[in-house]
Amino acid sequence: MTVDNCLLALSGLASPFGGPFDLALNAGECVCVLGRSGSGKSVLLRLIADMDPGTGDVSLAGKRREAFAAPAWRGRVIYQSAEPAWWASTPAAHFPSAASSRVAELMAALGLGPDLLDADIARLSTGERQRLALVRSMVREPDVLLLDEPSASLDGASTLAMESLLLQRLRSGLGIVMVTHSREQAVRMSHRHFEMRDGKLHAP
Amino acid sequence: MSTIHLHATDVALATLLVLINALASLLLNLQLHRQVLWAATRMVVQLLLVGLVLRFVFQAASPAATLGIVALMLLAAAREVAVRPTRRLKGAGSYRIAAVVVGFSSIATVLLALMTAIRPQPWYDPRYAIPLMGIVLGSVLNSASLGLDSFFEGISTGRPAIEAQLALGASIHQALAAPIRHAIRRGMIPIINQMSAAGVITLPGIMTGQLLAGMDPLEAVKYQILLLFLLTGAGGLASAGAVYLAARAVTDDRQRLRADRLK
Repeated sequence: MTVDNCLLALSGLASPFGGPFDLALNAGECVCVLGRSGSGKSVLLRLIADMDPGTGDVSLAGKRREAFAAPAWRGRVIYQSAEPAWWASTPAAHFPSAASSRVAELMAALGLGPDLLDADIARLSTGERQRLALVRSMVREPDVLLLDEPSASLDGASTLAMESLLLQRLRSGLGIVMVTHSREQAVRMSHRHFEMRDGKLHAP
Repeated sequence: MSTIHLHATDVALATLLVLINALASLLLNLQLHRQVLWAATRMVVQLLLVGLVLRFVFQAASPAATLGIVALMLLAAAREVAVRPTRRLKGAGSYRIAAVVVGFSSIATVLLALMTAIRPQPWYDPRYAIPLMGIVLGSVLNSASLGLDSFFEGISTGRPAIEAQLALGASIHQALAAPIRHAIRRGMIPIINQMSAAGVITLPGIMTGQLLAGMDPLEAVKYQILLLFLLTGAGGLASAGAVYLAARAVTDDRQRLRADRLK
């Protein structure tokens, strides 16, 4: 596998808080990153999404990140933080209005009733909000998803539903970099996993 | 116009009120007496100095003296705008924004007034230029510092929500729209309140002064209306200018939210 024909390629990506990171992610591949809190896992995801300034190269399907306008890049390589924030009062206001059928599909797959769409976000449970955040990310149909502990506040059944949805999307070519605390999840989900120690990726 | 001159004894009578205040603070254990006395002393000294300086400038009647005083007032106001908000840009960023905004909005409005509505002869007559500048600066200072304070506060507490929008592919313009709108509005509230309260709840300072100096009430009202319109213009310019410049300062060429530039 060369850097040119993979989906997402990092080379020497670094900031004062972590790196340098080198990684080549194929289409349809999920790479999991394990590691203690504060080891730099979120730093890596934020750097890839261009949320924080850094040095080094990132490219998507062979096209350098600098060739994309920043919002266009972030729309294709979507970063979902561990505690997703909301800027309007109902979930519905966070979805593109043209995407209602896809939103309904994704919500059903994650076991979320359609009545939640117009609920008051502050009244939803953490688990519901976390699953809605995944709907919010996936409905924009990115090429790569950068997920920071997407099942941290989900129960066993919801976690499995989320994983099967992600596995289904992987088969149609999505690339995923996922930070998780659970080694079992890493084994279930990922083709390869790494351990983050002191701001560097290590093979397990 | 006849004015009643105050004697030193008249002023001394009023100081009794300040002393009573301080005494009450002592008795009620409010811990305010030091502050009250210090603020009162400071006020007296500051105003006497200003009186002396203005007397000198009025007599000098030279454009250089007027401009010199105006420049000092601008600098003091700009510094205040930069320092007042609880959060600030690292380095000299806040000072730069304050200087540009205070300078532009106040000079533009005062020049507009001096060259169209008031037209004193000569235009730099300190008796018009300096008080006008003072009033406009007070309003500009309020609007700009409230706008800045509210914007910096908005992006530090709202950072997760702003970054969530950016991470989904929103432009920085879209992601900052809500805090920008909120901050500009916050900066405009004092002047809107001032206009709606004028005459009913408060008698504005200039009008009060002119009435005390013996001017016809309707003439004083006309002056006050002109002034409030000027203040609205200056406040709007200052609030919007400060917030937009601050928004530019907390983002970069890759449309990130650079919260690290705040302290």
